[in-house]
Amino acid sequence: MSIEVRNLTHAYSEATAMRTVALEDVCMTVEDGEFLGIIGHTGSGKSTLVQHLNGLLKPTSGQVLVDGEDLNGEHVNRRILRQRIGLVFQYPEYQLFEETVAKDIAFGPKNQGLPKEEIDERVRYAMECVHLDFQKYSERSPFELSGGQMRRVAIAGVIAMRPSVLILDEPTAGLDPRGRDQILSMLEQLHAEQHTTIVMVSHSMDDMARLATRLIVMAEGKVLATGTPREIFAQEKMMLSAGLGIPQVASLCCALRKKGFDLPPDLYRPEELKEHILRLWQNKRKEVLSGKEESLC
Amino acid sequence: MQTDEQILLQDVSFAYDEASSPALSHISASIRQGEFVAVLGHNGSGKSTLAKLINALYIPGEGNVVVCGYDTKDEKLVWEIRRRAGMIFQNPDNQIVATVVKEDVAFGLENLGVPTDEMIPRIEQALSAVRMSKYADSAPHTLSGGQKQRVAIAGILAMQPSVIIADEATAMLDPSGRREVLETVQMLNRSKGITVLWITHFMEEAALADRVLVVTDGKIQLEGTPAQIFDRVEEMKEMHLDVPPMAALANELRKEGMPLPGGILTVEDMVQEVEKTLCPSKSAT
Repeated sequence: MSIEVRNLTHAYSEATAMRTVALEDVCMTVEDGEFLGIIGHTGSGKSTLVQHLNGLLKPTSGQVLVDGEDLNGEHVNRRILRQRIGLVFQYPEYQLFEETVAKDIAFGPKNQGLPKEEIDERVRYAMECVHLDFQKYSERSPFELSGGQMRRVAIAGVIAMRPSVLILDEPTAGLDPRGRDQILSMLEQLHAEQHTTIVMVSHSMDDMARLATRLIVMAEGKVLATGTPREIFAQEKMMLSAGLGIPQVASLCCALRKKGFDLPPDLYRPEELKEHILRLWQNKRKEVLSGKEESLC
Repeated sequence: MQTDEQILLQDVSFAYDEASSPALSHISASIRQGEFVAVLGHNGSGKSTLAKLINALYIPGEGNVVVCGYDTKDEKLVWEIRRRAGMIFQNPDNQIVATVVKEDVAFGLENLGVPTDEMIPRIEQALSAVRMSKYADSAPHTLSGGQKQRVAIAGILAMQPSVIIADEATAMLDPSGRREVLETVQMLNRSKGITVLWITHFMEEAALADRVLVVTDGKIQLEGTPAQIFDRVEEMKEMHLDVPPMAALANELRKEGMPLPGGILTVEDMVQEVEKTLCPSKSAT
């Protein structure tokens, strides 16, 4: 399933003195099977954009096409589309309300009118996806769980709808390192094994470096740049102008290059920079051994 | 204050109720005046309980908590302690009570019964210290998360505290909001000598502290300078905690035999050490 956003403009409080333009003439796509990262400073329009991707907001102008069909067209069944494009809000655990974990996750499929066996199967599947043991947690109250577990229950509620596209707005915000890692591994697995298309909004460049196959950089309601993480993180100046940083590994690569070290310009993963630094060090040792020196600097 | 030990925990244990296992057991620590101490630990480790014990929101079941020379067990001293040890919490929206910024800053002072003519300059100074003076008459809901947290800090500052306790005060902020709040607190620590207890999940924030306490399972497991703590990469991982990316990279390079020293925490540290290792004669000059 692919989504195409064409010349999308969104203004809040339209036709009042408080009118603010959150998105202006935005064009972007979500390709089938990708892990798309959306980054940008607060107020850059990221959250507004993702709410358009499943038709939660209506464009002031422009279109959102899902597999070529206008999401806001007259004959579109938005209810069905929203089942196929799942949206997980910021702090989704605030929306848990049921008595048990299983009931909360079953809420969506139940509303869809699915038979009981299918609902049970979906709850088990969703809990497995978010790494929550069915035996141990299905009958527990969601409110007794840790913050990270509650968030995973909320995400499971969306996964139980079996969406083709899963959109998450800052899924790791406010969690401890273990909670963050659990959410990220789960998304990594969902993308790799279930081939779910994932769109993630995050402030963490290190999380994006780990997971995203493509990035969109937003600034002041517009798309500032798009590209692979390698292409984007090599542009330190552009990122700083958008009020963003780059992963520390990318800054280190940049700083070492400025000092004259022979490194490719676009390293951003710790493993690859490690290999290159080791290579430089080993070359240096060989030179020292063979009596040549200083050629590195 | 007779000693420079501003916060003293002596063999402190605390349980939420008698049936459950203790949230903290037999903790001892002391924090000097003007120190910036970071507390790390995953959720449920007991670090928020620790903060609330220092603020006299909780009273220890066993042991003593002494803040600025006052024992928190003495009920008469609770307000003295809370005035001196102000606390900021995680959610910026949960700690603003008034509809105008300067009235929010006034809230604590009103409770203390400070006379109005003294209150006004104190509010002005507090807002100026967190660089929020021009928002004095704004409505809090129009502010960003980072700005709201700075207003919360101003509310504490107006009470002229000796200690600021921040319980994940940056967790819900974006990177620039986080920087804003951390820099504000660092500045207050340096210029006014306010002691800071900074509870966080962000290792790069802890890397800037004078000292780090790692709390897991209700105990202080590790204690030391950021350099000492973050060189123990494997131990931190076992406790499900991170280390800053540069400390992790340095650890990986050392494992391969590259002779890098300990205590590499930032990109600048790493650049310097890589240069030293690869071009020894150049960096000697």
